[in-house]
Amino acid sequence: MLAKTGPSLKRRRLLAGGAALGATILVRPAAAAPDELAAAVQAWTGGIKPTPGRVKFDIASLVDNGNAVPVTVSVDSAMTAADHVAAIAIFNERNPQRDVARFTLGARAGRARVSTRIRLATSQKLTAVAKMSDGSYWSDTVDVVVTLAACIEGES
Amino acid sequence: MARTLIKLPATARRGEVIEIRTLISHPMETGYRPGADGQVLPRNIIRRFTCRYNGETVFSAELFPAIAANPNLIFHTLATESGKLTFTWEGDNNFSQTESAEITVTG
Amino acid sequence: MRIILFALCALLSLAAAAQRMSGTAFMGPSTQAMQRDDSLNPAMLWVKEGEAAWRRSDEGNGKSCASCHGDAASAMRGVAARYPAFDAQAGRPINLGQRINQCRVGRQSAAELPAESDALLSLESYVALQSRGMPAAMPDDARLQPFLAHGQARWQQRMGQLNLSCAQCHDQRWGQRLGSSIIPQAHATGYPIYRLEWQAMGSLQRRLRNCLNGVRAAPYPAGSLELVELELYLAQRARGMEMEAPAVRP
Repeated sequence: MLAKTGPSLKRRRLLAGGAALGATILVRPAAAAPDELAAAVQAWTGGIKPTPGRVKFDIASLVDNGNAVPVTVSVDSAMTAADHVAAIAIFNERNPQRDVARFTLGARAGRARVSTRIRLATSQKLTAVAKMSDGSYWSDTVDVVVTLAACIEGES
Repeated sequence: MARTLIKLPATARRGEVIEIRTLISHPMETGYRPGADGQVLPRNIIRRFTCRYNGETVFSAELFPAIAANPNLIFHTLATESGKLTFTWEGDNNFSQTESAEITVTG
Repeated sequence: MRIILFALCALLSLAAAAQRMSGTAFMGPSTQAMQRDDSLNPAMLWVKEGEAAWRRSDEGNGKSCASCHGDAASAMRGVAARYPAFDAQAGRPINLGQRINQCRVGRQSAAELPAESDALLSLESYVALQSRGMPAAMPDDARLQPFLAHGQARWQQRMGQLNLSCAQCHDQRWGQRLGSSIIPQAHATGYPIYRLEWQAMGSLQRRLRNCLNGVRAAPYPAGSLELVELELYLAQRARGMEMEAPAVRP
């Protein structure tokens, strides 16, 4: 006994809604995204361009699903009262908005290492920036490949 | 009340760095996603997380829609003295929840 | 000669058995870590709620699950591994969620919990957790045979506008890619799962209905016998594999 196939109207609705059921992708000119990422970083640093280094951005290079991507940002710092990480911020290139998270640390953190799970709308670069107690900024940038789920699942 | 899970050691030596893991159930609706009817669902996210240690803020986070649903946060803090750690999540639609845990610091 | 034939058969069946791989094996390391670590697994939020619900007696006739069953860790040990099971009352197999509801209505005089509701998934994942690490152990019950046969036939039957059967992807093309996703073998040993695509917890029936939508077939209704028969066939197909509930899947 064959399962009944859905009417074509339902199928059209599924196709229309399906792509949006996962992450939304906004298409913008390829050149704009890196500029916007840099601009978002410098808006946070007050115009200072961070020095690459001391920050390690841990993330899978090919993610299973863009809805929940585990990330860990760690910063090389002794975390003393005199020399510590004051804050860490994560920025993205191609999500609907650039900010991902901003963390406030301090000497009492003991270790400059934060983990969470983030959403990625599409393949893109991510930058983690650390603000040190001496006012310097350091960063790490990663490139992540994100693919969409194969099947449109409908409302179930 | 959202469900939460918090993992941290019950005891620590003074000066030890401890790891704290938190999980909370929350949809973290981005404000960009259309619902079944095609209308965009309004944003509903946790925007702020604060960890206080005997009243003093030792870690905080500003979260944006790019943080996943049912978010986890793993961070560290120095075990300075025995007492209470509180964890507060605040967000859209007047969302506010605080959980707490006791820690015994020896030495 | 007979010894050689026997050895060959044993080797082949070992190879076939060795080829059965959990969905976990098809995930990336960070998703595997999410499942392995209870402090990372979002499903544990549902388990925590299930643990509280197990002891609640504020509904119906005031009986909690614990009133009859006692401590879940002992009473529910191995139970999820044996589901779907034949239910004499219903005269057909039922899945774990349906069994929980049967208890609620019949023993607790409480309302049925809707399929895919947080309340039902919480209890289901808490009960399923008590079988974690144990082998899937669907019983050899002669009464299940006709339903099992239906489930197997349905697994192998082409469906939908895409005209695909479950077997074509999950028996014949596992490990290959559908779009950019790797096709798993589809052993349902982790349910209920936290699925990253759903950003939520869900049952095996939810996943099956999604697959049916995926091949453009009208999905069988939630709770239908057709879906339970498929669950039954999947349980038998995975017999002996390690229970992983509550699992994480992409």
